[in-house]
Amino acid sequence: MKKNGFFSGAFIALVFLFLYAPIAVLIAFSFNASKSSAVWMGFTTDWYVQLFQDSYIMAALRTTLLVSVLATLIATIVGTAAAIGFHNMGRKARTACLTVNNIPLTNADIITGVSMMLLFVAAFGAFNATLGEVLGFRLRLGFGTLLIAHITFDIPYVILSVMPKLRQLDPNIAEAAQDLGATNFYAFRKVILPEILPGVVNGMLIAFTMSIDDFVISYFTAGSRSNTLSMVVYSMVRRQISPKINALSTIMFVAVLALLIIINLRQTRQEAARRRKRAALRP
Amino acid sequence: MKKTLAILLSVTMLVTLLVGCDDSSERKGEVNVYNWGEYIDMSVLEDFEAETGIHVNYQTYDSNETMYSTLAGGGADYDVIIPSDYMIARLISEDMLEPLNFDNIPNFSDIDPELLNPEYDPENLYTVPYMWGLLGVIYNTTMVDEADTGSWDLLWNEKYAGDILMFGNSRDAIGIALKRLGYSFNTTDAAQIQEASELLVQQKPLVQGYFMDQQFAKLEGGNAAIGTYYYGDYLTMQENNPDLSFYLPVEGVNRYVDAMCIPKGASNKENAEAFINYMCSTAAGQKNCEEIWYSTPLLSVRDALDSEVTNDPFAYPNADVLAKCESYAGLPQDILDLYDSEWTRLLR
Amino acid sequence: MKSKAIGVPYVVWMALFVVAPLVMVVVYAFTTRDGGASIANFAEMGEYLGVFGRSFLLAAVATVICLLIGYPLAYCLARLRPSLRRAANMLIMLPMWMNFLLRTYSWVFLLERNGFLNSLLSAVGLPKLDIIGTPAAVILGMVYNFLPFMVLPIFSVIEKIDPKVIEAAQDLGANNFKVFSRVTLPLSLPGVLSGITMTFIPSVSTFAISQLLGGGKYLLLGDLIEMQFLGAAYNPHLGSAISLVMMVIVLVCMAVMNRFGEGEEEAVVL
Repeated sequence: MKKNGFFSGAFIALVFLFLYAPIAVLIAFSFNASKSSAVWMGFTTDWYVQLFQDSYIMAALRTTLLVSVLATLIATIVGTAAAIGFHNMGRKARTACLTVNNIPLTNADIITGVSMMLLFVAAFGAFNATLGEVLGFRLRLGFGTLLIAHITFDIPYVILSVMPKLRQLDPNIAEAAQDLGATNFYAFRKVILPEILPGVVNGMLIAFTMSIDDFVISYFTAGSRSNTLSMVVYSMVRRQISPKINALSTIMFVAVLALLIIINLRQTRQEAARRRKRAALRP
Repeated sequence: MKKTLAILLSVTMLVTLLVGCDDSSERKGEVNVYNWGEYIDMSVLEDFEAETGIHVNYQTYDSNETMYSTLAGGGADYDVIIPSDYMIARLISEDMLEPLNFDNIPNFSDIDPELLNPEYDPENLYTVPYMWGLLGVIYNTTMVDEADTGSWDLLWNEKYAGDILMFGNSRDAIGIALKRLGYSFNTTDAAQIQEASELLVQQKPLVQGYFMDQQFAKLEGGNAAIGTYYYGDYLTMQENNPDLSFYLPVEGVNRYVDAMCIPKGASNKENAEAFINYMCSTAAGQKNCEEIWYSTPLLSVRDALDSEVTNDPFAYPNADVLAKCESYAGLPQDILDLYDSEWTRLLR
Repeated sequence: MKSKAIGVPYVVWMALFVVAPLVMVVVYAFTTRDGGASIANFAEMGEYLGVFGRSFLLAAVATVICLLIGYPLAYCLARLRPSLRRAANMLIMLPMWMNFLLRTYSWVFLLERNGFLNSLLSAVGLPKLDIIGTPAAVILGMVYNFLPFMVLPIFSVIEKIDPKVIEAAQDLGANNFKVFSRVTLPLSLPGVLSGITMTFIPSVSTFAISQLLGGGKYLLLGDLIEMQFLGAAYNPHLGSAISLVMMVIVLVCMAVMNRFGEGEEEAVVL
């Protein structure tokens, strides 16, 4: 058994080495004195200073955070509501809705992006030629279309992580609450929401991660004004990555790592506390 | 209650939609610029914003063809673009450019007269030159035998299989093959173009890949021995890797001009002209030159630059060298389609 | 809370932004540049059979490798202590917080002819690994980017298997191998299927990976589509037709797989 443990430990370590080697390289190059991403020329922390003076990267960072936060919030609310609505539907209607809901997930990103671009261009073209002429303004691809696209690919993740929780829910609980005089909304807030909350939070986290990481869909829907970080990176990948981008990624990486460690530690502590309590209650 | 909730949700979505579409309005005070990647000193944009109060939205592309697709796709909304000569000819013929109001571009007077009324814009209605230069072969002197250099043949030399970087766009790649065969860059003879693309098919096993700006890291890091790119970029690479050298193949090379234009229907035309004018100022021109090392069309900038730069025979070549160069001209639609299909055939 | 109404706004949203865009793709696929309806785009696609074949082949190989690495990994992780398990789960998701293009670009640096890996290899006297610009490098890029999508669903399924079931099997005299093949594996199948889906689809449609690691020499479907819309050969009609065919093939694959699974619309996500 011990030998087994050693092998699985070594295997896990190896896979994590594979996953983190490129990240180590990225972090290392954020301290490279040369601008080139091919040659190492000594240690510096200059890029971390210059990063914050670079208005181009900072604007992209703002756009990325704004679109991700907004899309995640809206997707979480709408997705949770939709999941409840779907849950209450008849089997046929539910299957139909979930099938459509799965389309953005099973569809390749590039098709989602391209198809939305085609729709926006066609719809805006029609609008600008008719109503836009009258009202005197024109619709264009921009932050709005970017946000719509992000919401569209975020919602399915929320629904998929809320649905199983709803299925585990005892339908009698909500009814009991209502029999006891709770309003619909009160019953939702006090009875249903706490039960499905882990699913909602999980869905929210996945949606946010997907939004931050998305490149392809943004690339096709962002128009001429908005840049997300991924788009900036894409334009640099073709030349050379500015070490400033490495610096920014390092900061984001460390921040998320710290956050996850804190959450993890808290959970572990809570669990330990619960175990102690249970042990204390035992006669 | 559930109705209220449903209504609330609908309203949220509607608001999102409206907010979403609203940033389309033509706010005064911005200009959307679409430029080649790494083709500017980024601080020039900040200088421009500080001087005029016009906000710059900046995006980049990596080839003329990408830029064309973005414009043709209809989702774009750029005010200033900087395509190359042959692409400008195509854009003009497809009525995709807006004539410039030169009254708003007084610095135009500083442009080298030799570059005025060019073939791609015979009456000079649409364009203001931004940079120009020559395209040649870059090689690593520690990896390539000097005797093998001199012509385009180097890119087909089996000795360097896997160490060759080929141009990542159809016009340049097919153009190079055409020149090697002794044809014109601008041939409209389909048979010659097919012959050239056959040559590229033969070359494919030898090349490490088809690249544009990725050549920088490859050549600087010694990960490839031979590339073919612009002279200005060679100067940048050479700073990071002194082993690199450059030559103009004897069969003839391309001389290109990239010029600033305004796409048809641009929403901020006056701001665009202000931007173009600013890019033609001596200060901006000099900053850009010293960042990217391409050759400038601005006479005052040429005077301001270090004489070591302006005496560089590749950066500011004499008439003999220029005589060996050929510019890309606009091509008819059927030939453009042929370029596209031959290029995809090569890559597929 | 028996309300269906609160699902309605999203149904409208789906109609607008999921279904309508796909209708656009269909319309584009069946028209040509001059506006007439035709199936010329599909006829032209015959030229690109090679690209289809290559994309599906490379994606399949990458998916199999992901499964071969991902399943044992998920299995090992699921048997760790709960606190370690959570940490491991977290560490698998964490790389996704760094831009995937950046991470892929890092591999270029690692794999280059004079890259880090080769310097390391030659330092210990081993022959150089010359895989940059080959299909192998593209597959490596896919495995690297999509491995978490394989590990996480499998992990979350194995983790939930009731230890009592396994104990029961052992009590009934099953050896380790039997326990695995008769209990753990069948129970983890939904996770495996969802992992395969989530690895295969992005692999088959990826672009940028082949450009960065394959040198653009091995065109994949994603690159081909991107070329038609925003790249070197502008033709959105052909691009739409290729997208449509790719979508149909993928959907058929998925339908066939789901028949294996019969997982009653319960998709396991992460």
